Amino acid sequence: MEMMPQFPWEEMDRGEVLSIEQLRAGSAEALHDPDAWIDDEVKRGVLITSLDAMLGWSRRYSTWPVTFGLACCAMEMIATAASRFDISRFGMDVFRASPRQADLMLVAGTLCWKMAPALKRIYDQMPEPKWVVAMGQCAISGGPFAEYVSVVPGVNHIVPVDVYVPGCPPRPESLLHGLTLLHKKIQTEGSRLKRGLN
Amino acid sequence: MTQPLSGKEVVARIQKQVPGAVLLADHGCIWVRPVTVAQVAQYLKEAPGMEMDYLNNLTAADYLDYLEVVYHLSSLKRNHSLTLKVQCWGPEEPEVPSVFHLWQGADLQERECYDMFGVRFVDHPNLKRILFWEGFEGHVLRKEYTG
Repeated sequence: MEMMPQFPWEEMDRGEVLSIEQLRAGSAEALHDPDAWIDDEVKRGVLITSLDAMLGWSRRYSTWPVTFGLACCAMEMIATAASRFDISRFGMDVFRASPRQADLMLVAGTLCWKMAPALKRIYDQMPEPKWVVAMGQCAISGGPFAEYVSVVPGVNHIVPVDVYVPGCPPRPESLLHGLTLLHKKIQTEGSRLKRGLN
Repeated sequence: MTQPLSGKEVVARIQKQVPGAVLLADHGCIWVRPVTVAQVAQYLKEAPGMEMDYLNNLTAADYLDYLEVVYHLSSLKRNHSLTLKVQCWGPEEPEVPSVFHLWQGADLQERECYDMFGVRFVDHPNLKRILFWEGFEGHVLRKEYTG
């Protein structure tokens, strides 16, 4: 018959006592609170987080688009901005008429070569950080007009594009989904410089 | 409803005013010589009974052998309309007199026609490309254009 193993109970008890005594000896005083020097009043009003998270959060919820409706996609963009789909939920309701106050360029529609210098110029006038959403097939790749000589085969030939929203035209839900993706991108981007200095 | 004038009905009056202008006429339209367009148009605009005071449309078509410039005219006073056509068998960039001095709406339409088909409208005040940029090679609505 196999014998049950004999546990060294007494030795284990002694070890426990020793560790507790050591911990007690070393914990006579409360741990140092690094925030103890801050007044209570101040403590209640201050949140501490990382700079990246704060930057991403603030940029994400105030992404002001510059108005750049080129064709029929602009109608869906306008519908997105109107009350039914309500782009204000994302803090984006302020469509700016000036590129200097905008962070996001929603390219909605077919871009022709004659318009391309204007698009490039408006993009260059926007302050960093800035993002571009290509809305609809025409902005993505030229769409049904891609082979025509006057049409730019995708706005990514002119400006760097962050999010592509497919559709002809995309419904407001699609655009909102694209903008949500852009928000995620902005949040993870943080303080990293987006694409160097222009 | 605007009453379309028959080309055959007006051809005699135009021939009387501008001899040798009309080449052909059918129930819908009249074809005139390119050099006489301005004179015929002026007559159609000013003659009592015609008074074509409105240029609906000015365009062109490429029939491979020739270019055809098309004028859709109508009279708001008399509520009738007429189609005027010009066949250009000539050189690479055919010349047609401008009708800008009669109907100012012809300004942009003649420019577009020049841009797309390469029809030179003589006496147009500002004949340059309108939808394509200056320096663009070719005229895109020509059949021969393949770029």
